[in-house]
Amino acid sequence: MRIPPRITQGLAVSAMWVLASLTLGVLAFIIAYILWHGLPHVTWTFLTESPKAMGREGGVLPMILGTAWVTGLAVLIAAPIGVATAIYLTEYTREGRLTAVIRFGADCLAGIPSIIFGLFGFVFFVITLGMGLSIISGALTLTLMVLPTIIRTSEEAIRAVPQSFRDVSFGLGSTRWQMVTQVVLRSALPGIGTGIVLSIGRSISETAAVMLTAGSALGFPHTAFDSSRTLALHFYVLSREGLSMSNAYATASVLIIAILLVNLAAYWLMRRFVAKVA
Amino acid sequence: MTEPKNNDVAKEDARLMAEMLAQQPAPACPAGTAKIKVEDFSAFFDGAAVLRNISLEVCERERLAIIGPASSGKTTFLRSLNRLNDLAPNFSKTGRILLAGRDIYGPEVDVAALRRRIGMVYAVPVPLPWTIYENLTYGPRLAGVHSRSRLDALVESCLRSAFLWDEVKDRLNEPAANLSGGQQQRMCLARVLALEPEVLLLDEPCSGLDPISTAKIEDALAQLRSKYSIVLVTNNTKQAARASDRTAFFLMGELVECGPTAQVFTNPKHQRTSDYITGHFG
Repeated sequence: MRIPPRITQGLAVSAMWVLASLTLGVLAFIIAYILWHGLPHVTWTFLTESPKAMGREGGVLPMILGTAWVTGLAVLIAAPIGVATAIYLTEYTREGRLTAVIRFGADCLAGIPSIIFGLFGFVFFVITLGMGLSIISGALTLTLMVLPTIIRTSEEAIRAVPQSFRDVSFGLGSTRWQMVTQVVLRSALPGIGTGIVLSIGRSISETAAVMLTAGSALGFPHTAFDSSRTLALHFYVLSREGLSMSNAYATASVLIIAILLVNLAAYWLMRRFVAKVA
Repeated sequence: MTEPKNNDVAKEDARLMAEMLAQQPAPACPAGTAKIKVEDFSAFFDGAAVLRNISLEVCERERLAIIGPASSGKTTFLRSLNRLNDLAPNFSKTGRILLAGRDIYGPEVDVAALRRRIGMVYAVPVPLPWTIYENLTYGPRLAGVHSRSRLDALVESCLRSAFLWDEVKDRLNEPAANLSGGQQQRMCLARVLALEPEVLLLDEPCSGLDPISTAKIEDALAQLRSKYSIVLVTNNTKQAARASDRTAFFLMGELVECGPTAQVFTNPKHQRTSDYITGHFG
């Protein structure tokens, strides 16, 4: 029997609607569940004090700082390297074996579980280079982890800039470098920004890799060579060791809100930038 | 013993004469007025010839139209003149192109500076995703002009030359993409004029434009002719007839003929030119 097109259309739309709302629903449920259990414990003292009794009491200020340090350093190191690699791959080489190998390498890197990165970071940065369990070891490990994301998203963004813009720029007497910095990057910036925001999110929430490289010290980090515990790791330790579920949820709430704020800030900045440009 | 020597000289003279006759550039300018000399130029992509042995001159202050059917090499020729073909990895060429007597493919040539001297307008208007003002000042800023008053003056004079000033003088800080297609193309023309070039290359600049915008561009070109050498590639033979001083007809990568526009259109030397102009093919 033939189903009339109007019915199939209706069925398809409903199916997609149901599936889409299911996805969003699960996401909303998780966030709501954590905030429901955590937010009541997120007080001013929780945000501004050091943990006491292994985190059963007190706050998470050192973890907030540690997270900011590790994430900030990682992205600060990874972004220039990643964007430069993407520019090299798209604007300065012809497609060939070398670009294929670099791209393949980046894709492989993206698929490696974070615990492997952690192990590598532990062996290489912590032990071999003697950096110890420290913010810098953690940040460098995360750099390796987010690099493929930044390379590939930047590459896509740069590729999306129309070829005609490049022709125009060359036609107006620009060098390749001027064309890249003034035309291509300016147009690709929103896409590159998206990649960087994604890697900030990934860095903030990374647990396994930082546990093995940044350590889990509870004290205030003073320099990049101090060990520090990130929010995600703190949450893991609190729940895993059963120290305090309410503080674990509170930590998770702070984490989620931090990610949300970073995303909002990034999108706001990008919007402002795009509005100024286009 | 002087006899044989004289003989040698005479032979050598005759050989040189024959050589000169053989490569007599088809369409030469009056002595001393050639801006661009193309000498026996061939262009290849992946080794396949797209242009074959073109010899052609572009004179000072003239509008040279290049006509010919699709894939006759018109655009490749144009892009050879400002070395845009260099960007294609599979491009190669033989022969020479001289701008004011100097080989533009010479080893010491600064390609960016060359492209400022030979400005190009493309078939499709491509406003960069910035404001009108930024579009117009991009070229001059690349060339090192940063004085605001100098840039302002440049913007106004170029927009006036492109017959666009009155339409956009109050919206210079609006995105260039907001302009209509015809306005965008005139802005692209103004953007090239802001380079203060010596030669203007236009690659089917009116192919997507309405008749009124086309007329405005043609009017602008008629005035610009007093300052620049203009090479206009067009698919529209009527436009070539209206808006050029000389016309060159390209076919399958070869220059069939080149001469004063009136002569090419009323009394072409070659049957193929006549067939193309009268619409028998192409």
